[in-house]
Amino acid sequence: MPRRRLSKQPIRAKGALVLEDGTRFIGQVFGYPVASAGEVVFTTGMVGYPESLTDPSYTGQLMVMTYPLAGNYGVEPISKNPSRPQQHFESSRIHASALIVSSLTMHPSHYRSARTLDSWLHDERIIGLSGIDTRALTQRLREHGTMLGKIVVDNEIPWYDPNKENLVDKVSIHRPLRYRGSGKRVAVVDCGVKHGILRELISRSCDILRVPWDYPISSLKGIDGVVVSNGPGDPMMAEKTVYELKRLIARKVPVWGICLGHQLLALALGATTYKLPYGHRGHNQPVEDVLTRHAYITSQNHGFAVRESTLPRSAAVWFRNLNDGTHEGFKHTSLPVRGVQFHPEACPGPRDTEFLFDEFMKLL
Amino acid sequence: MNGHKKKILLLGSGALKIGQAGEFDYSGSQAIKALKEEGYRVILVNPNVATIQTSKGMADEVYFLPVERYFVEKVIVRERPYGILLGFGGQTALNCGLELAKRGILKKYRVKVLGTPVQSIELTEDRKLFADFLTKLNFAIPRSKAVRSVTDALRVARSVGYPVMVRSGFSLGGLGSGVAKDRRALQDIAQAAFAHAPQILIEECLVGWKEIEYEVVRDRADNCMTVCNMENLDPLGIHTGESIVVAPSQTLTNGEYHRLRSISIAVIRALGIVGECNIQFALDPRSEDYRIIEVNARLSRSSALASKATGYPLAAVAAKLAVGRKLTELKNAVTQATPAFFEPALDYIVLKFPRWDFSKFTNADHRIGTQMKSVGEVMAIGRSFPEVLQKAVRMLEIGRDGIMEALPRRYELHEALLPTPKRIYAIASSLYYGVSPSLIARKTGIDRWFIDQIHDIVRLHRSLQRKRFASVNRDIMLEAKEYGFSDKTLGALWHVSADKVRRQRKRFNVVPCVRRIDTVAAEFPAKTNYLYCTYHATESDRAPSKDKSAIVLGSGVYRIGSSVEFDWCAVNAGQELHRNGLRSIMVNCNPETVSTDYDMCDVLYFEELTLERVLDIYEREAPQGIVVSVGGQTPNNLALGLSRHHVRLLGTGAESIDRAEDRHKFSRLLDTLGIDQPDWVEAHSAREAIAFASRVGFPVLIRPSYVLSGSAMNVATDGRQLSTYLRAATEVSPEHPVVLTKFVTDAHEIDVDAVARKGKIVCAVVSEHVENAGVHSGDATLVLPPQKVYVETRKKIDIAVTRIAQALDISGPCNIQFLARDNSIMVIECNLRASRSFPFVSKVTGNNLINLSIKAMLGKRVAAMCDPLLPFVAVKAPQFSFHRLTGTDPVLRVEMASTGEVASFGDDIHEAFLKSVLSTEFRLPKKTILVSLGGEQNKMRLVDELQMLASQGFKILATEHTHQFLLARGIPNSMLHKIRADKEPNIKTFLMHKKIDLVINLAHQFEGDVIRDDTAMRRLAVDYNIPLITNLQLAILFFRALQNKKMSDLEVKPWSSYSPQAVQHPL
Repeated sequence: MPRRRLSKQPIRAKGALVLEDGTRFIGQVFGYPVASAGEVVFTTGMVGYPESLTDPSYTGQLMVMTYPLAGNYGVEPISKNPSRPQQHFESSRIHASALIVSSLTMHPSHYRSARTLDSWLHDERIIGLSGIDTRALTQRLREHGTMLGKIVVDNEIPWYDPNKENLVDKVSIHRPLRYRGSGKRVAVVDCGVKHGILRELISRSCDILRVPWDYPISSLKGIDGVVVSNGPGDPMMAEKTVYELKRLIARKVPVWGICLGHQLLALALGATTYKLPYGHRGHNQPVEDVLTRHAYITSQNHGFAVRESTLPRSAAVWFRNLNDGTHEGFKHTSLPVRGVQFHPEACPGPRDTEFLFDEFMKLL
Repeated sequence: MNGHKKKILLLGSGALKIGQAGEFDYSGSQAIKALKEEGYRVILVNPNVATIQTSKGMADEVYFLPVERYFVEKVIVRERPYGILLGFGGQTALNCGLELAKRGILKKYRVKVLGTPVQSIELTEDRKLFADFLTKLNFAIPRSKAVRSVTDALRVARSVGYPVMVRSGFSLGGLGSGVAKDRRALQDIAQAAFAHAPQILIEECLVGWKEIEYEVVRDRADNCMTVCNMENLDPLGIHTGESIVVAPSQTLTNGEYHRLRSISIAVIRALGIVGECNIQFALDPRSEDYRIIEVNARLSRSSALASKATGYPLAAVAAKLAVGRKLTELKNAVTQATPAFFEPALDYIVLKFPRWDFSKFTNADHRIGTQMKSVGEVMAIGRSFPEVLQKAVRMLEIGRDGIMEALPRRYELHEALLPTPKRIYAIASSLYYGVSPSLIARKTGIDRWFIDQIHDIVRLHRSLQRKRFASVNRDIMLEAKEYGFSDKTLGALWHVSADKVRRQRKRFNVVPCVRRIDTVAAEFPAKTNYLYCTYHATESDRAPSKDKSAIVLGSGVYRIGSSVEFDWCAVNAGQELHRNGLRSIMVNCNPETVSTDYDMCDVLYFEELTLERVLDIYEREAPQGIVVSVGGQTPNNLALGLSRHHVRLLGTGAESIDRAEDRHKFSRLLDTLGIDQPDWVEAHSAREAIAFASRVGFPVLIRPSYVLSGSAMNVATDGRQLSTYLRAATEVSPEHPVVLTKFVTDAHEIDVDAVARKGKIVCAVVSEHVENAGVHSGDATLVLPPQKVYVETRKKIDIAVTRIAQALDISGPCNIQFLARDNSIMVIECNLRASRSFPFVSKVTGNNLINLSIKAMLGKRVAAMCDPLLPFVAVKAPQFSFHRLTGTDPVLRVEMASTGEVASFGDDIHEAFLKSVLSTEFRLPKKTILVSLGGEQNKMRLVDELQMLASQGFKILATEHTHQFLLARGIPNSMLHKIRADKEPNIKTFLMHKKIDLVINLAHQFEGDVIRDDTAMRRLAVDYNIPLITNLQLAILFFRALQNKKMSDLEVKPWSSYSPQAVQHPL
């Protein structure tokens, strides 16, 4: 029997989130009512569900919002023009496998809103689950670490562990794409790039070549610098990119890694990565520039991290997380190579570290 | 050791008044604790005796003196502090600090301004400097220009674009201000405005834009972040203090949120603020346009709210940043593991709702707008908007049980949707009767999101209405609770009692879950016990501890008659319980308090003080008992209900409380004890009322016993007045009787604050009122020790108090009020709870009456206290906020009107009294005094004093009759014409040009024009900020004090030099 909601018109089917450890959370299904499995992760951001859902880094993940109200300002129209990055989304479609919330707003209010969160999810064939005690769920994930999970509606489906797959390959483009500009020529290695990164480079007049993750970038001629983008999953899966990066570094081309890109660069420099117990996903992560002692609030979304002790001495620690001391960025002492674990392009989240794009431009 | 510590001078905010209330006790108290942790000695100047910050164990020295340049300079000379903090005492402290800086006093005594530098404060305080500064940095501010003629106004309006906002630089009650839609409207408004003021401001009209605030902190190393953002439900045009506010913002996209956040940080960096500040924005609901409205370079009401809403101790952090600490080195007080440099992530929603008390005043204008008029606020925490909105409505204690209560059948839609305290309920009713949400959104300017959320509540209400109780299943029950409906409302909808609903929902296992405010949305384990309840949850965060505990119920919303003094009592009660080995559990819902700082008690429930919720908490925590006698009338009213549910009350039993509260029972008790009381009757009809009045004689006091807010107490001096009041007091009927009491005049009023243990008085403090009976005890000036109480009277009072305590078997606090005339006494009121004057008498006598009460309640031995000898006098004076309440008559009546209080010490009553009234922003007259004495008696009683004043060189102005009367007695004075008399020299002109330093207006009980003229005179005095005295005894005391003391006689000594001495008994 579906639970009857007296106040809200649509009567929704019951669905259950089942966790690896056997815990079940019962709620109401919204969006597209078809079961979905993946890794359950929580984000503590209070705004920015359109940005988060379209962030390719969430591929294979069931996203839990700790903020209890979702969909307040609806969803604006997505641009259909592939030759320009999205202005208010991080890609052209939802990448998360499901959205799990406490309350879903059926009456959004915003002058740019074109549809509800519910209908957007439906249109994109993504399942949502509301009426969930997301705090209890978050506490479970915090205590047990990230777990696999699935939302079941009528029939059981198998578990799915996204980290065993090369997700980067799934979300990357397959042939290069050019965004013309009048300034520096920058190649962006698309491991699942957030359009925010492209927008930041475009606003600095860059002439951008967006290339697939496995593109032979080390043999590219005539570029001023390379940005290695964010992306989903375990960095160890993107071996080809690491191989290319090693050669690129040897060529002394300026390279900047963001999030997954930062991890790949670290791997290329000989460091190792590991999985965090439950990751950093939110807009309030404090990091400190260990060189200047200046601190910034950053937007983060990562489940893996670079093991700082394995970095070569030439890759000097640049940023550290003030909450748990984990590695957040390095700067090579002799080469124009650097990486940050957080998202200077923000979207969603604070823009405190946007200036890093300017610093990157100075390297070119 | 202490001698080596650096001293920091902290300025408090003085008495509570509208616009500046309890939030500054929170900020000052946190600052003191933080500075002491950092190893400083703290010197506090604050005359607000009811605060926690002026308590023992807080600041190292306290000066109960006006927060004003003259006195603070003397404190500086005496203490020679190293630094001064200006940001923790509201606008009062900030203004005082700016003046000290401007006059070079800080420089002269080498006092360093800690935190935000003076230049930055000046930038934010001066409209023009601020606008220029921001414009230069390319930030958007409202376009505006000052003009001096109608032609100029029209020219500027053309460039700004219609509609325009017209602001009169000098505005009274909004006169000459308003929105001009077009050229013609502007012409009219401007013309009217120029009749009153030489200059007006033409500003672009932002009415209807969203109002968004950010709380920003920055350290000296330029680390900067926002702790919280907030969205006003009421759009721009309504003061944020008058708005319903939610945190975090609900209708902002990521782009909007972070754009405004980035601007906040950029502005605060540019201003060079160190510590905490608040920035307000207007945001166009239909574009990306924004404007910066203002920056408050200090802790504010919003920062208190943000602090409670997020669990981030803003004031403590700001204080530490001011003394040079960095955000990255301070710890997050909640997690104890992560640093203070982070932005709290909320996984709940917070709603603040203001409380207004217009009904306490005659003629008050109920419209709300750009002026702050509310007297208090509540904050509700939950996991959906409907849940927090309905919770907040109950927290207001205005007789409503939810947003849907008391639906009016017929009303004028347009009228109902004007901004008044009732608008939000009118919105719900309109939706209920089918008005479309879009029409309401358009008419009110409130974002559609909020209207739709209210609509959801309305729709659920409708469906619940159609259910029968028997058919209600668990899902329905849970959904109703998730939407914030109380058991009582549900009971009313289903025609069963609230108890029945409660039993049924417990059978369904529909009980609220307890959640922790942890600043990190559960990302890290948290150590605080800062809790709230919600139905949007399946499990609680925290299992109740097995340690023995006790619950303290706090005061709830601040309102006239119940404010910071009860917070002092609640905090002290919690701490004393803790000292006695019990875990103290505080329940309160007021963000302006210290009791809701989660480190003041062992567990804090930021929750409703309703029977339903208190029972929920009680059942969950299983404490040893509940203290209902320290939070004022709110918890006291719950006593009977709680005890009916077999809740154990600590201290005096519910039955005794009922015997004291129930007029009949108490009256019978006094009769058996042989204690006098004024004649009274409970009249069930107008005829009964009139019969009583003619038997005992006028005046009589009328008190509707069925007190809904709106019906107030009144004094009738004759039959005609009596009938008028009876008609106004709602229909008098057998169900809703009125109580009439013989109104005793010319009697002395005496307050006794006492503590008893098992019926035996342990400590009793007697203080006397300056004003004669007839002025509400909350508005009266209190003197301790009493100066004019006869030994015989005192003896009778002691006997009466002893008997009452014994008869009611009091264990804990009580307050009894007496009338004394000649040598006879009468009891007029008895409360078996702590009273408003508990902090005052505790601080003056050195006996903490709350600590004694708690010990007594727990049955512990309490060392019997004898009356200490007080080699000084303390005077407590009321603070009024009439200037905020346009239209009201600033006169003392039986209804309480003051919003706060102060106290000062002196070697004699005159010194203490003068310091005390000066602390209420009163100024001593330099030269000219206007006297208007109604009635023969008032004239005769003041003759001697006026004679003395005249011979001291004061210039006396008088109204016609007073003028002739004084002339006849050889007292030189000149006459002013009445305001209505349109003849010069006129009172109005003199007041307007501030040619008068003090107004003495003693009204006689007259009717008609005289009264209207008196009202106008008093109102003008308040509007032009001219000191006003309206009470005879107060006037006499003031004049005598003025004759005996000069400013230079008022000694600047700390509290510690006024110490009580134990009485030496001669052997």
